[in-house]
Amino acid sequence: MKGNEAIAHAAIRYGADGYFGYPITPQSEVLETLEELMPWETTGMVVLQAESEVAAINMVYGGAACGKAVFTSSSSPGVSLKQEGISYIAAGELPALIINVMRGGPGLGTIQPSQADYFQTTKGGGHGDYRLITLAPSSVQEMADFVGLGFDLAFKYRTPSIILADGIVGQMMEKVVLPPQRPRRTDEEIARQCPWAVTGKPASRKRNVMTTLELEPAAMEVINNRLQEKYKLIEENEVRYQTYDTDDAEYLIVAFGSIARICQKAIEEAREQGIKIGLLRPITLWPFPKDEIDRLSHKVKGILVVEINAGQMIEDVRLSCHDRIPVYHFGRLGGMIPDPQEVLDAFFNHFPEANKQ
Amino acid sequence: MKTEIIIAGFGGQGVLSMGKILAYAALMNDLEVTWMPAYGPEQRGGTANVTVILSDKQISSPVLNRYDIVVALNQQSLDKFESKVKTGGVLIYDAYGIHRAPTRTDITVKKIPAMDVCLEMGNTKIYNMVVLGAVLGMRDMLPLDAVTRGLKKTLPERHHHLIPLNEEAIKRGMELVK
Repeated sequence: MKGNEAIAHAAIRYGADGYFGYPITPQSEVLETLEELMPWETTGMVVLQAESEVAAINMVYGGAACGKAVFTSSSSPGVSLKQEGISYIAAGELPALIINVMRGGPGLGTIQPSQADYFQTTKGGGHGDYRLITLAPSSVQEMADFVGLGFDLAFKYRTPSIILADGIVGQMMEKVVLPPQRPRRTDEEIARQCPWAVTGKPASRKRNVMTTLELEPAAMEVINNRLQEKYKLIEENEVRYQTYDTDDAEYLIVAFGSIARICQKAIEEAREQGIKIGLLRPITLWPFPKDEIDRLSHKVKGILVVEINAGQMIEDVRLSCHDRIPVYHFGRLGGMIPDPQEVLDAFFNHFPEANKQ
Repeated sequence: MKTEIIIAGFGGQGVLSMGKILAYAALMNDLEVTWMPAYGPEQRGGTANVTVILSDKQISSPVLNRYDIVVALNQQSLDKFESKVKTGGVLIYDAYGIHRAPTRTDITVKKIPAMDVCLEMGNTKIYNMVVLGAVLGMRDMLPLDAVTRGLKKTLPERHHHLIPLNEEAIKRGMELVK
């Protein structure tokens, strides 16, 4: 099935309580598949096409405040519209899952794949000092798996997580093993798991209040410090990445999402010529696998960062290795996708000494 | 074993669904598979193409620049992809609407009168299945029963009575390249 379809199936099977979205290419199959599967008749999950992206994210805000497992999906221009709501959800310390199947921008841009929302996702997007746990899938299987992982992490840390996919993984079809169907949590289970949730006040406890406003600066600083401590904990515990052929590598390619697989093919071809390149694929873009990149930068002669944007993740790679070795960027823009040969050509362009012939 | 295929033509010729049936057939045969469409405005009338990779090992890139098999169903696709066939690979095209024939000699070129076969069978909707038959006839990658199971999986139940017709079309396609 398609990556977008896998997200819909996985969310129902996770026992999600609600989806709120608005169609946009290249992720419309998420909403379409949910409508086709009609989970409201089986698990009782709500599926709603909102009147706009802004409405959808605020419905997620409301659902999350009630302790429900709720999510939304969109593509780049739509995710820009959601940024205010995302900042509020992060400020309210609420668990929610957001999915961005990126297309080329800026503006309305193109409907073709892109990774140009890396900055928006990992550095903020909305206002204020907040972070999003960012998962970057490179296969249809990971599109399915990261729904459960994204929800689990969101609830574990009471913070929104985001699946940052691109049009390629959204639109391509591959083999996928779906998780087993789990029941949705009962109201009692939600009350136990989320004692902070606004679920209706029984006589036995005091009111739960959900607000992101605090006019007293000293109190607001306390809130901010608490958020920062949580983000530090996430940075310590939730870094995920995959390496490929790095043991004997003389050079390193860093790439995420579907582009990492294009680079993997380029590396396979390079190795046939005896050129030892390895691949590091960050799975979490925040928290970023900076320690592993730092470690590898002591072993390799140079790094090529491949991303379909004008050079965004490269900043984190350079920070990770403290510019110890040369770090170059290669990317295509506007929805163009490089093929493995273009990646190799770019590699030899930057590292001509690697070419033994 | 790994086969890297691109199918290209006009939107509406059944390019994407042909790739989908091929992909599901591979799935039924326990192979790894990726199906990567050009999903843009192509789908709405321009040129359309889909890359299908079948392999007994995990597949890295779903995006390729050279192919084992290229299926070109219009002139633009032929012009664009002729140079992308690997040496020793296969280029299949339908002469219908083609005014500049392929010139490469280091590959196997198969001109198939798929549209003529459809007209003979009295149904142009099975065009892509005739072409699929030709692809399957060129490389021994999948048994016919896997394709039948792929068809069952991709076609909605209400169209399952058309499966024998599709099978017949595939067989006719296979005969074209014998």
